Amino acid sequence: MNDENSAKPARSSARLGRFEALDKRPVNLDGFAKEDHEAGLVAFASANDPEPSVALDSGGRVGGLDGTAARDFDLIDAFIAARGLDAAAAEEANGLDDVAFARLIVDPNVPRAEVVRLAAGATPEKLARVVALLRPVELQMAVAKMRVRRTPSSQAHVTNRLDDPLLLAADAATAVVYGFREIETTVPVNADAPSNALAVLIGSQVGAGGALTQCSIEEALELELGLRGLTTYAETVSLYGTEKVFIDGDDTPWSKAFLCSAYASRGLKMRVTSGGGAEALMGAAEGRSMFSLESRCVALARAMGAQGVQNGGIDGASVVGCVPDGMRELLAENLLVMLRDLESCSGNDALVSESDMRRTAHTVPLFLAGSDFLFSGFGSIPRYDNMFGPSNFNAEDLDDYLVLQRDWGVDGALRPVTEERLREVRERAASACLAVYRELGLVPRPGPLRSSTTIGFTDDHVAEVVAAEGSKDVTPPDPQAILAAADAIMERGIGILDVVGALWSTGYEEEAGRVLAMGRARVAGDYLQTAAIFDEHMRCLSKATDPNDYQGPGTGHEVAPERREEMAAIRQQRSRDDLLARHAAGAPGPAASPGAASPAAAAAEAGAASPAGLSTTGVASPAGRHSVEHGTGTTAGTTSGTTHSTAAGTTRGTATPDDTTPPPAGAGSAPPTPFRLIERGEAHPGTDPREVCVGISPAFATRLWLTMSGLPVTEALAQIIAGIESEGRTARIVRVPSTVDLGVIGLTAARLAGSGVGVGLQAKGTALIHRRDLAPLACLELLSIAPLLTPETYRELGVNAGRHAKGLRPAPVRNPYTEQAIEARYHAEVVSLVAIERGETVPGAPPVDVEVER
Amino acid sequence: MTTPADAGGPANRALSGRRIEELTLEAATRGELSPDDLRVHPDTLRHQAEVAEAHGNPQLGENLRRAAELTALPDDEVLAIYEALRPGRSTAPGLEAVASRLDAVDAPLCAALVREAAEVYARRGLLKPG
Repeated sequence: MNDENSAKPARSSARLGRFEALDKRPVNLDGFAKEDHEAGLVAFASANDPEPSVALDSGGRVGGLDGTAARDFDLIDAFIAARGLDAAAAEEANGLDDVAFARLIVDPNVPRAEVVRLAAGATPEKLARVVALLRPVELQMAVAKMRVRRTPSSQAHVTNRLDDPLLLAADAATAVVYGFREIETTVPVNADAPSNALAVLIGSQVGAGGALTQCSIEEALELELGLRGLTTYAETVSLYGTEKVFIDGDDTPWSKAFLCSAYASRGLKMRVTSGGGAEALMGAAEGRSMFSLESRCVALARAMGAQGVQNGGIDGASVVGCVPDGMRELLAENLLVMLRDLESCSGNDALVSESDMRRTAHTVPLFLAGSDFLFSGFGSIPRYDNMFGPSNFNAEDLDDYLVLQRDWGVDGALRPVTEERLREVRERAASACLAVYRELGLVPRPGPLRSSTTIGFTDDHVAEVVAAEGSKDVTPPDPQAILAAADAIMERGIGILDVVGALWSTGYEEEAGRVLAMGRARVAGDYLQTAAIFDEHMRCLSKATDPNDYQGPGTGHEVAPERREEMAAIRQQRSRDDLLARHAAGAPGPAASPGAASPAAAAAEAGAASPAGLSTTGVASPAGRHSVEHGTGTTAGTTSGTTHSTAAGTTRGTATPDDTTPPPAGAGSAPPTPFRLIERGEAHPGTDPREVCVGISPAFATRLWLTMSGLPVTEALAQIIAGIESEGRTARIVRVPSTVDLGVIGLTAARLAGSGVGVGLQAKGTALIHRRDLAPLACLELLSIAPLLTPETYRELGVNAGRHAKGLRPAPVRNPYTEQAIEARYHAEVVSLVAIERGETVPGAPPVDVEVER
Repeated sequence: MTTPADAGGPANRALSGRRIEELTLEAATRGELSPDDLRVHPDTLRHQAEVAEAHGNPQLGENLRRAAELTALPDDEVLAIYEALRPGRSTAPGLEAVASRLDAVDAPLCAALVREAAEVYARRGLLKPG
């Protein structure tokens, strides 16, 4: 075999199968860089980071900072030195041992205020060194203690590829109904910005009031939209950690500080944006570590008088993510902000990885610890519609997020939403937006002579928007119409009062009141305080009104009982009653005729479309408790009732008499039909050596009617009987009411069988073959993965039982195998099924013969 | 300490002088409100500055005091000053003119910020050659 021999060396030089498989994993689409101190590709502690130091002159002014004397200060040093450090605490803070300082930050017994006092005196490099010492779990402790606001909150991105105003409004309302308290929009087409700001403002006040909105665009236009009241906050005032990059960004700390004051002068909340990696990305990191530079940014933010900072996972997140310790650095950035007593809008913004596992691992530590804003942009719209680029979590992840919140009992600031409620708010938001655009003359109004109007601004478009997942599902609006609307907003100086008036006169009085309340809020000015948000009752929560008071277990933000209930009530959760209702619906109704779909079965079918195939719809009264009539598959491919296919999670349709669906492969000859189970009295051992007993569980076809694979329990039974009979044996059915233990059920059946061979079958569909001389747990064959069992497997099990009864040794029926989290899918249901079976047991009751009446 | 403006403290008026409780939907829909009725009053900003300082953030306090000064300036002038402070936009005399103008409208904190910028810009080469 020369070929084989010559192939061997080639095989040994080929890639190992293990690596070939690993190469295809999503994480290997991510880029990873070797640390490079000169390029600033290092998370913490570059060789070029300065030594922390502070020098105070005789007047108590900062005359030297982190190794630089006043005469050599760059813009950033100069601004921080002028007003960023508390000179009274500077010598104390900078004299503290790094480890001792780090322990003060983590220790719940050291009051938050004391840590804030010391941090205010710490130079940027000092704070960077100290925080770099914290391990991940210590960072979490520190974040829980140091964040400013007690109540966590979150921000959403609301954008779309088309700048479709109606869709923006519907999606803003969607974000609010999920619980987001800030909404950030932006544009693919710059000139559309005023229209986007208006649409998001309208949508944000549907469903509940008080959500803040912003439109991220060029500074001057952003400020102007804010001045007009079309937005209520700003956060795209970017800071950088080196002078070069700052100037490349066409600003200085003084111009940015002035901008901060400009926003505040019009009553607008604002925060600044920074984040590690930006300087390295711009090729001007001065060889310093990302964390060292970020610490300068945060110190600068405090010095400028900004109330908050967005960092730790913004645009440069993937630069940070590519180096060792990168994810820890991102979390540590958030903590720097909290230590400077500023609002943390905590990143989780840019998508950091192609790997679901890795991007989740980035978010979870902060999510568990809590933050002022857990996301500085959860992509509340589908990934493709996010004009900031996809976020680390997106609309596609909302259910995952809600489940994580429920899993951990952690307040992630969101709540489950019903389809009905979502439809309602989307409809109202899109309609209100259309009404305002028409009322303000931003788009032509439909008149008596013109029924058709501009594409994208019609009632039909409202309907499309309500139903849409995202912009790919709607007719693209006329882009010229959007531009014209945006231009008109600018040229005519449309502002918040125009919006209030238009909402009011088109019948959206509640929304008019809420928009006006946002205007009134800026007159009051309370939301200029650190970490301010409005709750849905327009209460202002901030450092002044809702300070974080975490001091260890039993303190800080508590998940109140009502909130816990809200978080728990995800739309996928089911109770035992829900399960019984579904089974009752699967039970044959008195009028059920063979092969015909009953209304109850149809209802169960409708319910089967819900997640995890669990149904809540359709409650039908079960048939007589111990008398079952059920049409099983009478002709090939025709099943009555509902069949859920298992692994793929799809559902097969309810068959009708004229159904032409081909039969499942290997179904064999159809079992007899229909039959009725009638209990006839205590069962005694049989003597016919051809007899195989099938033992059924207490709730089998009394309260439980469907196996876990969605088969009617009677069909599973019929298939087993047919299999036994195909081997020339007879099947005798007994109910074993005294136990839920399938081994005992099967063994009891075997001991009653003339052949000594029995089959055990639970209502949930698990089945086995037993023999009378074996121990209860030592059966001959076991089909354990009930959710994957098909009519054919039950038929094969029956055949094998027949062969065992003949004294043969058949090849065991193979259990189906799946890589899926089959237990995660079904164990919640199993608990209920077993509890129901147990509820039906009668301890000590003897087995009972069950007659199958055909 | 919590909601000072709504609580009817000294700073409960809009820039126009209208009382905050008069900012009703009825007034808005009767066309009685103007943009200045929805603008923050400098006294309110100074009050919020005090709140920030009382909560240990003098820098936020200073920012809000600068903001109070800027309420006197129209939007376009505010934007023009921002533009003047961007790198390489202004000569030294140009920035001094901005500072003088700010002094003239009783905005000393803003004026000081601009003069400080002028000094640092000169040292760091960020002034427009005059």
